[in-house]
Amino acid sequence: MSPVILTIDGLKIEAEAGGTVLEAAAKAGIKIPTLCYLKEINEIGVCRICLVEVEGARSLQAACVTPAAEGMVVRTNTPAVRQARKLNLELILSNHPRECLICARSTGCELQRLASELGIDGFRFSGEMTPHSPDFSSPSLIRDPRKCVLCRRCVAVCEKVQQVGAIAPQERGFNTVIAPAFSDPLGQTSCVNCGQCALVCPTAAICERDQTGEVWAALADPGKHVLVQTAPATRVSIGEVFGLEPGGVVTGKLVAALRRLGFDRVFDTDFTADLTIMEEGSELIRRIQDGGCLPLITSCSPGWIKFVEHFYPEMLPHLSTCKSPQQMFGALAKTYYAEKNGISPADIFVVSVMPCTAKKFEAGREEMNNSGYRDVDVALTTRELGKMLKEAGIDFGALDEEEFDAPFGISTGAGVIFGATGGVMEAALRTAYELITGSTLLSLEFQEVRGLDGVKEATVNLDGTPLNVAVVHGLANIRRILDKVKEGSRYHFIEAMCCPGGCIGGGGQPVPTDRETREKRLAGIYSADRNMSIRKSHENPAVQALYKEFLGGPLGRKSHELLHTSYIVRAKH
Amino acid sequence: MEMYRSHVLVCAGTGCISSDCKSVRAALQDNVDRLGLGKEVKIVETGCMGPCDLGPVAMVFPDGVFYRSLKPGDAAEIASQHLLKGKVVYRLLHRPAGSSEQSTGFEGLDFFSRQTRIALRNTGLINPESVEEYIARDGYRALGRVLSQMTSQQVLGAIKESGLRGRGGAGFPTGVKWELTARAQGYPKYVVCNADEGDPGAFMDRSILEGDPHTVLEAMAICGHAIGSSKGYIYVRAEYPLAVERLETAINKAREYGILGENIFGTGFNFDIEIRVGAGAFVCGEETALLASIQGARGEPRPRPPFPAQEGLRGKPTVINNVETWACIPPIILNGPRWFAAIGTEKSKGTKVFALAGKINNTGLVEIPMGMSLREIIFEIGGGIPGGKKFKAVQTGGPSGGCIPEEHLDTPVDYESLAGLGTIMGSGGMIVVDQDTCMVDLAKYFLEFVQEESCGKCSPCRIGTKRMLEILERITTGGGGAGDIEKLEELSRGIKNSALCGLGQTAPNPVISTLRYFRDEYEAHIRDKKCPAGSCRALLTYCIDVRSCQGCGLCVRACQAGAVTGRKKKPHLIDFEKCVKCGTCKDRCKFNAIITI
Repeated sequence: MSPVILTIDGLKIEAEAGGTVLEAAAKAGIKIPTLCYLKEINEIGVCRICLVEVEGARSLQAACVTPAAEGMVVRTNTPAVRQARKLNLELILSNHPRECLICARSTGCELQRLASELGIDGFRFSGEMTPHSPDFSSPSLIRDPRKCVLCRRCVAVCEKVQQVGAIAPQERGFNTVIAPAFSDPLGQTSCVNCGQCALVCPTAAICERDQTGEVWAALADPGKHVLVQTAPATRVSIGEVFGLEPGGVVTGKLVAALRRLGFDRVFDTDFTADLTIMEEGSELIRRIQDGGCLPLITSCSPGWIKFVEHFYPEMLPHLSTCKSPQQMFGALAKTYYAEKNGISPADIFVVSVMPCTAKKFEAGREEMNNSGYRDVDVALTTRELGKMLKEAGIDFGALDEEEFDAPFGISTGAGVIFGATGGVMEAALRTAYELITGSTLLSLEFQEVRGLDGVKEATVNLDGTPLNVAVVHGLANIRRILDKVKEGSRYHFIEAMCCPGGCIGGGGQPVPTDRETREKRLAGIYSADRNMSIRKSHENPAVQALYKEFLGGPLGRKSHELLHTSYIVRAKH
Repeated sequence: MEMYRSHVLVCAGTGCISSDCKSVRAALQDNVDRLGLGKEVKIVETGCMGPCDLGPVAMVFPDGVFYRSLKPGDAAEIASQHLLKGKVVYRLLHRPAGSSEQSTGFEGLDFFSRQTRIALRNTGLINPESVEEYIARDGYRALGRVLSQMTSQQVLGAIKESGLRGRGGAGFPTGVKWELTARAQGYPKYVVCNADEGDPGAFMDRSILEGDPHTVLEAMAICGHAIGSSKGYIYVRAEYPLAVERLETAINKAREYGILGENIFGTGFNFDIEIRVGAGAFVCGEETALLASIQGARGEPRPRPPFPAQEGLRGKPTVINNVETWACIPPIILNGPRWFAAIGTEKSKGTKVFALAGKINNTGLVEIPMGMSLREIIFEIGGGIPGGKKFKAVQTGGPSGGCIPEEHLDTPVDYESLAGLGTIMGSGGMIVVDQDTCMVDLAKYFLEFVQEESCGKCSPCRIGTKRMLEILERITTGGGGAGDIEKLEELSRGIKNSALCGLGQTAPNPVISTLRYFRDEYEAHIRDKKCPAGSCRALLTYCIDVRSCQGCGLCVRACQAGAVTGRKKKPHLIDFEKCVKCGTCKDRCKFNAIITI
């Protein structure tokens, strides 16, 4: 289609046919304020903030859903436009708790910013407030309908990107509320805890369950030996909380910051990522050799696991039995590490820092207690860690870099790339190639499994044996691949990550997490990999020592006990 | 076919059913049978005849006699006198208010004689469950003509030339809508009937569906031919069970006769219709919400464009018209577009059905040519205001419309003139109010309605109408303050200008129009804490007129608050401090001694 020419605020603007007035205006540097709009995901024109005047239209039009048309004359800054935007915002504020000072999203809230930008200088309207109260039932996420502006971004992301549909508008009129069907408690639904809703919420209407208090308490308890593990994806995002560029690799500063907080040992989940490759890679080889259930599908992503349990229980045999790296770490911390250091597992407190809200749910899964104690005591999100660091007065940017503690701080480039979509696959291929062929892999980087395409497929030649693999991220994409598998597509190995982009785009990451930040974080992950001296999991000396000293070999009896798990069938709702 | 010398049409519209016409019908049948007239006189249940407040009503043909307020006990007399002996039963005739004469024939009644019935041409005259009776009244002839003699273009041309505009509210030219859909890319195309009638007091669509369901089927099939569609849906409210039942019967019969389905009339044209029952949301009458609901999604509007003509049901081009619009189609085809265009005004052609309700003598359904004055509709067809009370205003267009005061009663009714008065045609509700109605309270009633029926999607409608309602509640209970009117005006302007759909954009209309014509009533509530109509209870003071009070003590016993005191046979007193303004004393007093000021 040929472009269209329209006039916005007197400027002639060439816009793409099929685009909106909002996009055309942005192209010309004209900013139209938005609230419910979320590019490509939520373009429904409901908040009525992005109103503009269109010549010939009976009323003001929402720029985010009005198609740019040839010859259209648009005005974005007239008294009628400014008054209507302001009035609609005042109305939204009249049904919003004025708790900015004590709100989790204060200073990062889109509503707060909009109020400032549109010059709201008083509360002219007041009256009844929404009758709905907060829902604390989920281990991962807390919904607070009082703060909800009904922009429906969460609904769109849950429905379209994740195809879970756990939440939707309920009731009508002033009583409309975004909630699970029948307003059931979120914790009792098929919500997979991915937290993508929390990432897109403009206010604090959906937030992670804040567990920083439990961590502060453990740190302050002299009887507790407090360990922390950090997920691969947190090292390319925690800097954002302190105003650093997304994707900057701040591993050393992160380690230093965690020491400042008072953790007894600062470890790296990358270590158990390497261990996962050993176990999962061996599982893949065994399933191929013994004619086991194929394709094998990865099991690191707890949102994805719960998704299968609810929606594709018939696919459970395809899941790797490996625990996620977080849980492998916890199990080893309270057994191997406890024994080795002569500390009772009862006194060990394991904290993980994850880009993920579903990790909170995973840490709480009943079966995750091999030592007799919770494998992982608290899973914090990147955002929660950011809060703790701020509260402790740590000037993150000014910290000198420090090294992780041994032995669980020793890791490889293969472990780091777990944080990106395609990373587990690539790490597995690096190891599988060498284990199966016995020869050294010359080119370590498998470009075909990298990048933000929703479904990536490749056939890798392992010394004459073709290995069909697929990498998917975002649950809607995963549905597509699962349906293909059910129809008979023959893959050997599939990497599935719940969140778009993999863990770098996880629901526990700093806000905003949009396509641009995801791309930057991905680049950060791969640069961290390139800078590692060891880049293959099976070459990790600490992993080798662990097998030698404690586990025996991959898939051995001890591994089976500590590092593997099982799944359950859950109802669809 | 059996021949009868006389037909007794018993109205079985919802109004008459609720006044127990079924028993009347049964009693008539019993008596006819008892007198051995079973082969001479046929009793027929029809759809709504219109004058609902007179129900149960019946007409005897060929005499054209109209009986009203029938009871089963009247059946014997009608059978033995009228049907056997040909003597009209005068005591059962209708005498219009203010008239000293009784008219035997329905044609002598203004209510009927001043109407021009196109959409309602069969309603009340035929048995809606009989396709044969529909066919006998030229039913399906228009479809036959269209399929055998007219191209799609000719049909589109005819509908355009007729000047027919949508009868659901907005008045969009029907022919243009059809043509846009016919031209739009995309297949399959759909034909949808909007039968989600929801304006308080309006029931013309229900009456057509209940009284003449085949006309809608026929019109939709004609549209199918014109736009290239073979599938239609009728979206009807679950609160209209009789309409749903009669539609089902009609669809089954039409299928059985080969009028719906494959290869209709052997012309190779296929068209079938399914019913979708709505769950009672007012907003589902908005076309995009209705389409969402048919698809099984939450019934809420989406921004337009794209319009349904381009992307409607399941993203495909869709014509959506309301019941009354459909009912006009077959006569336009049969009588020609020029016949239709000759009725009405320059921009509003044809007729419109109105539902008269409120403080008016003849409530019910009437169909009049566009351009008739409001005065004629209300005072001549509607018979004026009961109880000698003074006319105050008429609300047209339901909750999306506005009120029209006395000084504009000579306005000829059409889309443009009503818009000029700050209201709309809407679906044809006309609620008449008299001197006892408080206009602030009336605005509050409609706002309460839209607030409850808001889908909750866009902020101005969801929150804005709530805030407006809260202000009106304050005003009507004595809590109004300076600036409230200005806030109402600002909110009205803002919501009108920025809500997502028609329901939201028109939600403030009742407030805007009452402020335009009755601003003084608002001011009296706010400034003087008085309700000029004496209707807002919280603003009334109850007291006893000592000249009328007989000291009977009824009020003392009635008052639960213990506010009334007095000695027997002496004038009583009300303690203002204790009075809770419940009004029980006033209701109970036999001497009109309790007054409100």
